[in-house]
Amino acid sequence: MIAETAHTAPGLALALILLSAAFTDNILLTRFLGMCPFLSISRQLRSAFGMGLAVVFVTTGTCVLNYWLYVYLLKPLEAYGVPAESLKLILFIVVIAAFVQLMEMLIERISIRLYFSLGIFLPLITVNCAILGASLFMVNNVASRGFGTLDVLVYGFGTGLGWFIAILLMAGIRHRLRNAKVPAALEGAGITLIITGIMAMAFVIFQGMIKL
Amino acid sequence: MPAPEPQTQITRPGQALLVQLWRENPIFRQVLGICSALAVTNLIFNTALMCAGLIWTTTMSSLTVSLIRDYIPRRVRVMVQVLIISVYVIVVDIVFRALFFETHKDIAAYVGLIITNCIVLGRLEAFASKNKPLLSAADGLGAGLGYSLILLFVAVVREVLGFGTVLKNTAWETVVLRGWEPGVHETWWRSWTILVIPPGAFFVLAVAVWIAKAYDLRRQAGTQAKEAPQAKEGGA
Repeated sequence: MIAETAHTAPGLALALILLSAAFTDNILLTRFLGMCPFLSISRQLRSAFGMGLAVVFVTTGTCVLNYWLYVYLLKPLEAYGVPAESLKLILFIVVIAAFVQLMEMLIERISIRLYFSLGIFLPLITVNCAILGASLFMVNNVASRGFGTLDVLVYGFGTGLGWFIAILLMAGIRHRLRNAKVPAALEGAGITLIITGIMAMAFVIFQGMIKL
Repeated sequence: MPAPEPQTQITRPGQALLVQLWRENPIFRQVLGICSALAVTNLIFNTALMCAGLIWTTTMSSLTVSLIRDYIPRRVRVMVQVLIISVYVIVVDIVFRALFFETHKDIAAYVGLIITNCIVLGRLEAFASKNKPLLSAADGLGAGLGYSLILLFVAVVREVLGFGTVLKNTAWETVVLRGWEPGVHETWWRSWTILVIPPGAFFVLAVAVWIAKAYDLRRQAGTQAKEAPQAKEGGA
């Protein structure tokens, strides 16, 4: 259990959070979040890389922001009768949209090259379920495991990293798949889903080793 | 359903509903929007709840967006749409919390994720922001039903084969899988654990998509000549 390990070795606890978020609790392969961009963008390795990188940035940032808002704003307000659990949905999505918009503007100013490789994926990210999902599961972790800011930072990064790894692997596999003979009815989505299932098996198998 | 005056390509609510339900089924055709619910499909009851939530959200947000479609500024329309969706999702969240408290604890995070379900936003963007209210509501309802159709299929396969139960009910297990003898503990049925864990959902969904597409390809080959004159594609 993470809470018990945290007392003895904080570094180890963080490493465990990272590994479990990225591999055994992979948000794409075990919770099916972010499937839409995963299926549509994994056709090319280049765009998969750009999208994955954008997801890592945004998940890390929004997780921490949403954590602060949840713990320091919503939770205290709950005492005054504010329905925090319901209100968090609308608050989180607004934070994510604003964060994405800000990042887009910032990247456009700082580096036009980065903007063209990353920027086009940013608008799509607002409605990427993995981002909102990371924040919602973060709240669960706060309740059950007492995550602090640093834990949340690592958790957000790990979640994004897991998505990044999954889409990169899938893009590589689909690249090789172009030369393979697939039954006509299974082409496209069908075969991608089956491969994703096999990938998921490989990721889930770690669950015996890393138990959060 | 009453038919309003023809204005667009898809003219009647019933037609809009059927098109979404099968011919343009969001899951079969584009594999969109499975994010928010696939994770709960190893139990039929949870899946049914999620589907009900999604149907309510697509229908009502389509209706709302269609009603105010002329007043939404184009630049911020996605944000407005997302906010409208989240209001309806919050309603779902509160209702589920009140009626199904135990189940809600398991699926709370996924209920929230209906906000970012691609189907809801996709229908708002593609249909409701350009069409009349009643038509849009039917379109949303059809998309929701089409989605539920597939997910319930996945859920039935996963729960029955994975746990050997129906709606967590062991009647199925005792009667069908163990035979009528009440004292028998040995069952000839070995639960397929692979279907309970996440990868199982991918496999079952892939098979569902496979069957639907194979059926379509076969029918297309048969009736290609008949379908040619029907031109349903139209610009907005």
